[in-house]
Amino acid sequence: MTLSILLVVSAALFCIGLLAALSRRHAIYILIGIELMLAAANLNFVAFWRFSSQPQQPTGVMVAIFSIAIAAAEAAVGLALVIAIYRHYRTTNVDKLNQLKG
Amino acid sequence: MSIVAFVLISILTLAGALAAATLPKLIHAALSLVVTFLGVAAFFFLLGAEFVGLVQVFVYVGAVAVLIVFTILLTRREATAADKFNWRGAVVAIAVFAGLVWAILKTTSLSIAAPQIPALTVKRIGEVLMTDFVWPLQCVGLLLTAALIGALILVMEEKRQ
Amino acid sequence: MSSWIVTNVWLIPAVPLVASLIILSLANSRRKAAAGLAVFGQAIALTMSILAFLLTLQSPGFRAFHNFTWFTFGEQALRIGWVLDPLAAAMLMMITLVGLCIFVFSIGYMAADKDFSRFFAYLSFFSAAMLGVVIANSLLLLFVCWELVGLASYLLIGFWIDRPSAAAAAKKAFITTRIGDIGFFLGILWLYHSSGTLLFYDGGKGCLENGGLLLLGASATFVALLIFCGAVGKSGQFPLHVWLPDAMEGPTPVSALIHAATMVAAGVFLVARVYPLFSFGAIDGVTPSLTVVVSIGVITALMASLIALAQFDIKRILAYSTVSQLGLMMVSLGVGGVAAGIMHLIAHGFFKALLFLGAGSVIHSTHHEQDIRKMGGLRWVMPVTFLTYAIGMMNLSGVPFFFAGGWTKEEILHATGHWKLSHLPHYLMLAGVVLTALYMTRQMFYVFFGNKRAASEHAHESPRVMTMPLIVLAVCSIVLSMVLTPAWPWLHSYLSGKQPHFDVALLIQPMLFVSLVLVAAGIGVGCLIYRHAREVDPLAQAQPALFRTLENKFWLDELYDRTVVALARAAARWSDWMDRNVWDGLVRWFGGLGQSFGILTANFDERGINAGVDETTAGTRGLGRVISAWHSGQVQTYLATVAIGMLVLLILYAWLT
Repeated sequence: MTLSILLVVSAALFCIGLLAALSRRHAIYILIGIELMLAAANLNFVAFWRFSSQPQQPTGVMVAIFSIAIAAAEAAVGLALVIAIYRHYRTTNVDKLNQLKG
Repeated sequence: MSIVAFVLISILTLAGALAAATLPKLIHAALSLVVTFLGVAAFFFLLGAEFVGLVQVFVYVGAVAVLIVFTILLTRREATAADKFNWRGAVVAIAVFAGLVWAILKTTSLSIAAPQIPALTVKRIGEVLMTDFVWPLQCVGLLLTAALIGALILVMEEKRQ
Repeated sequence: MSSWIVTNVWLIPAVPLVASLIILSLANSRRKAAAGLAVFGQAIALTMSILAFLLTLQSPGFRAFHNFTWFTFGEQALRIGWVLDPLAAAMLMMITLVGLCIFVFSIGYMAADKDFSRFFAYLSFFSAAMLGVVIANSLLLLFVCWELVGLASYLLIGFWIDRPSAAAAAKKAFITTRIGDIGFFLGILWLYHSSGTLLFYDGGKGCLENGGLLLLGASATFVALLIFCGAVGKSGQFPLHVWLPDAMEGPTPVSALIHAATMVAAGVFLVARVYPLFSFGAIDGVTPSLTVVVSIGVITALMASLIALAQFDIKRILAYSTVSQLGLMMVSLGVGGVAAGIMHLIAHGFFKALLFLGAGSVIHSTHHEQDIRKMGGLRWVMPVTFLTYAIGMMNLSGVPFFFAGGWTKEEILHATGHWKLSHLPHYLMLAGVVLTALYMTRQMFYVFFGNKRAASEHAHESPRVMTMPLIVLAVCSIVLSMVLTPAWPWLHSYLSGKQPHFDVALLIQPMLFVSLVLVAAGIGVGCLIYRHAREVDPLAQAQPALFRTLENKFWLDELYDRTVVALARAAARWSDWMDRNVWDGLVRWFGGLGQSFGILTANFDERGINAGVDETTAGTRGLGRVISAWHSGQVQTYLATVAIGMLVLLILYAWLT
């Protein structure tokens, strides 16, 4: 197993997350996509730590831990946003949420 | 590390992710997401970062996925309706994947085998957390507080006049 | 001493000029100062004239001159100067003395006028200009002063500026004399072209001396005739006499000074001054130019006397009388009696001024009534005026013995009798003597004799300031007769540069008897006809058609109006049409050009530039619209854009490293 393979896998995971964020109309799908992308990034970090020359510096791992924490916070806020939007606009279709246009 | 485990876990993870992205019903997508997260946790275990894997399970599966399910519940009216698949997004995603893969494969310095490392103990993680990473820790604490408050405010009932 | 006087003889005109300028700068209310300055200036001029006159008595035929360069242009220099000889000195004395009397008279006559100070300023200015004419040694300087005299005359004739008739008369005077002056100026130009100098006396090179005259040759006649045009205008000879009677619109002192004594005399003086030009190449004293002078003088003298017989304005009678006498003087000059003519000029200056001032006194006392039909019986009311007027009338009629006018007229008749070309002028002038006596007697009877008519009711004698000058002038004319008698022809000799000798025998001459008879006949006939002067003139009753012709001045004014004036008016109308349509049209066309250019630019601006700018802004707006379409508000679009951007950067990075 080489690092490249691992990176390809995480890239695939990332792109699937991107797919989810770009191709569905429901707001929650975007959040799902974001979570997937974050997970892929975490995987990248840990992979690099694993294959690094200095394993006693667990930098990659620490970043992954922090990333997880932040992802959680972000998910909470994002979901709160979806609920608030749903309450106001009675829709979760992002195509209809287009007031931020030029 | 065995190749077999690696392949199996990758397939699991990617399949789950695909399902989460493409299933028409939202609740099915949410549950597939749980599977994906578990697969990622298995990856962490495989890479020797057991602590992260466990944290992944606790936080992601335990908290985030549950949150998502709750939100689906709370925004039910349209959740049952299936929505169309937008193929433009697929094109962009595939393009990005192609680019990334090309970049990775081009970089020959990444084709290295896994070295032997000593096991990463929780003690060690704790040590690093309190010394090298103490300030990020405080920041994350602040951030979590802010997120908590923000989420609360966002979903608070508006005051009736 | 003598050279000092000659070099500084220019002071004589300068003093009245300075007085005039000072008066002009004073306020209108400083009347005493104005009159005082004018009289004082004239008195100083008189004193200096006496000095100059005494100087000329040194030797017979005295002539001193002083020339200097005025300015140089290129290689030629324009020289002017002044001359002092018997002719100039006699004129100086006459002008300053008569002028002084008239100035003093004006103090009384113009006392009630509101423009008192301005009057004296103009009078002084006129005096200065006239004195300048007299002492000029250069034809150019003479011409300059000549024009100034014309200007002063214009200002004084039209002195009462709120009277349209006065303004019209002033304009007529100026324009008529101007026509004469054109000829004068052409003569000057020809003279300068031929002889290269305009100085009269220049030590042999002057244009009146042999040197200059020889350069002229045959053109002397034409030059003389052209110069004579100026004299015709200024002295009111036929055909340019029409302005003089109208000039009576001015105040009476003006008529006395300018149109009796001095300005009109300038024409005669001019002919006398440039006499060598006239007499150049004379055969028995006859040249073509002199013959022309005689002819015009004769026509003028007779015509004016006839017209005077039918006029009713007291001043107009005297005006025509002046014209007639000037004609007589021209005749005298023409036949060769230069000294006689000048003598008559000087004597005429005194007694005509006397007559005009007397008329002024009458007008003043009858409260500005000028029609003689409304006067009468004034000899009891105004004895001094009557006596002095009578003395003047005797002078004018030509009564010899005690009256200067008589002697001088004698001299003239003597000269005409000896003219080689023809005796016609002589006989015609004899007729003129009769006519003169006739119309003067007529005037005397109408004004002073008979019953008092309308205006004489409240008449009274004039104040002393007005009667004193009358007396002075009357005395002068009698005293002058002493030096004019053939027994002691002092003035004649003085003027002609000969030694006078006293000989009583010369007193008795055949001419004397002839003139005595004629004058007596004239006065007698006049008494007969006009003894019972009434409102209607006896001559008008007898010959109404003839009288009407004479009264209307032979219809000459009307003729001029139909021809010359009509021509001028037509020319003016044509000029106006040209100005309005052609020149103005040209200007308007240019304006139109500018305007069309402006329209072109405006259109270009509107359609071209504006449209271009509008197109550009529309394009920019369109572009903006296109670009703003990218901001669709769709979150997923934004996200996709980010993803693609990231991809591009990644590829770029991977490629470059």
